[in-house]
Amino acid sequence: MKLTLKIWRQNGPNDKGRIVDYPVNDVSEDMSFLEMLDVLNDDLVRKGEEPIAFDHDCREGICGMCSLFINGEPHGPGRGITTCQLHMRKFKDGDTIYVEPWRSAAFPVIKDLVVHRGAFDRIQAAGGFVSVNTSGNLVDGNAVPIPKDDADKAFDAATCIGCGACVAACPNGSAMLFVAAKVSQLSLLPQGKPERKRRALAMVEQMDKEGFGNCSNTGACEVECPKQISIANIARLNREYLVATVTKE
Amino acid sequence: MARSALLGSSLTKKYWMALTGLFLCVFLLVHLAGNLQLLDASPEGRLKFNAYAKFMTTFPLIKVVSYLLYFSILFHAFDGILLTMQNRKARPVRYVKERSSTNRTWYSGQMGLLGALLLVFIVLHMKHFWYRMHWGGLPLDSAGNTDLFTVVAEAYRSPVYVLLYVLSMAVLAFHLLHGFQSAFQSLGLNHPRYTPVIKNVGVFFGVVVPVLFALIPVWMFAFPG
Repeated sequence: MKLTLKIWRQNGPNDKGRIVDYPVNDVSEDMSFLEMLDVLNDDLVRKGEEPIAFDHDCREGICGMCSLFINGEPHGPGRGITTCQLHMRKFKDGDTIYVEPWRSAAFPVIKDLVVHRGAFDRIQAAGGFVSVNTSGNLVDGNAVPIPKDDADKAFDAATCIGCGACVAACPNGSAMLFVAAKVSQLSLLPQGKPERKRRALAMVEQMDKEGFGNCSNTGACEVECPKQISIANIARLNREYLVATVTKE
Repeated sequence: MARSALLGSSLTKKYWMALTGLFLCVFLLVHLAGNLQLLDASPEGRLKFNAYAKFMTTFPLIKVVSYLLYFSILFHAFDGILLTMQNRKARPVRYVKERSSTNRTWYSGQMGLLGALLLVFIVLHMKHFWYRMHWGGLPLDSAGNTDLFTVVAEAYRSPVYVLLYVLSMAVLAFHLLHGFQSAFQSLGLNHPRYTPVIKNVGVFFGVVVPVLFALIPVWMFAFPG
């Protein structure tokens, strides 16, 4: 099929950036969206032009590296998939497709479609971990009884791949779904409970510092999340943070 | 309590937004219950409404609650402006193409705008009735109470005024449709069993309360009594 791509090109963080039109022919409907971009880039390189910069890594939907705001939605049309899992059969011959980077003050554009998601790393480093005593007297994980429901909820939250689609989808550029998933996966398990208050306070503090917006419960994040993480986790974060704030000494 | 408890973090701002918002929802119910008396335009109905208005503006306990109400409105608006400004700053570059209708309702993303319109309405509304009731030097009815009923009835003789009220109630409806259930989520109250109930109550509240409010000016315009 033939498509017209309208792709955001930006030379660097300080460049203003613009949409550039790229007509592409012979697109197979079996291609993934990223493979289609590979073919376009191959073409650009052959013509001596600068290829389009975009993030990707595992290309099987588990690393969280690919991004792209495709035709007005993070990871494009379709639910529960990342851009690498988006196939060209979702589009029709003659379609015009807009491709833009994630838009958030906390995710500055590095080049073209690549944004810096280091803010997520800094939020994780602020408290998204369990402090483990490694002196040799570790308890076997399987020896700690965990209710099945809690284990399931923690696992659902832990499927977050940190891609940033929640921030990209949110009209306020809020990172609440990401932070809520990270806080939930730990606070639901006995290993994470001892540090739950400190964790909730520290991660939210870092989230605010990074310049993400405020959650206004539009629910756009859970719709666009490739791992379909529920905003029930955001309510859990709201509870965790409320208790931590009120009881902090 | 932490030093930043009042307005420090994004989450505390949301807690206050939710608490003041729910308090304003309770006020709406009380205000509606009282004002539905305006539908009775008989001479006794008018006297009853004026006596009610006198009670609501003089009874000490209600006076205390009313100051809490004024504060809540101002704080809800101030907090909302703060949140909206931060949210705008968090997305400095807009998307060229965005299909927001695929993942959210339009009104859930426009709470700041809807709230601003409501604030304008509240200021005008209070200027027309609340201010005149307190300091307008209005004539008294046969029972010796300020004749607020006549003031309201005169106001609603103007079709422009009635239309403004009905449109404002439409704005209120959309603000409540998102705001009511959103307040519970902000306070962390999300449960597979109760959240669907809260959402349904929110839709009921967001439709029925504004419709009944809008009915008052329309009714008084249609049946001046």
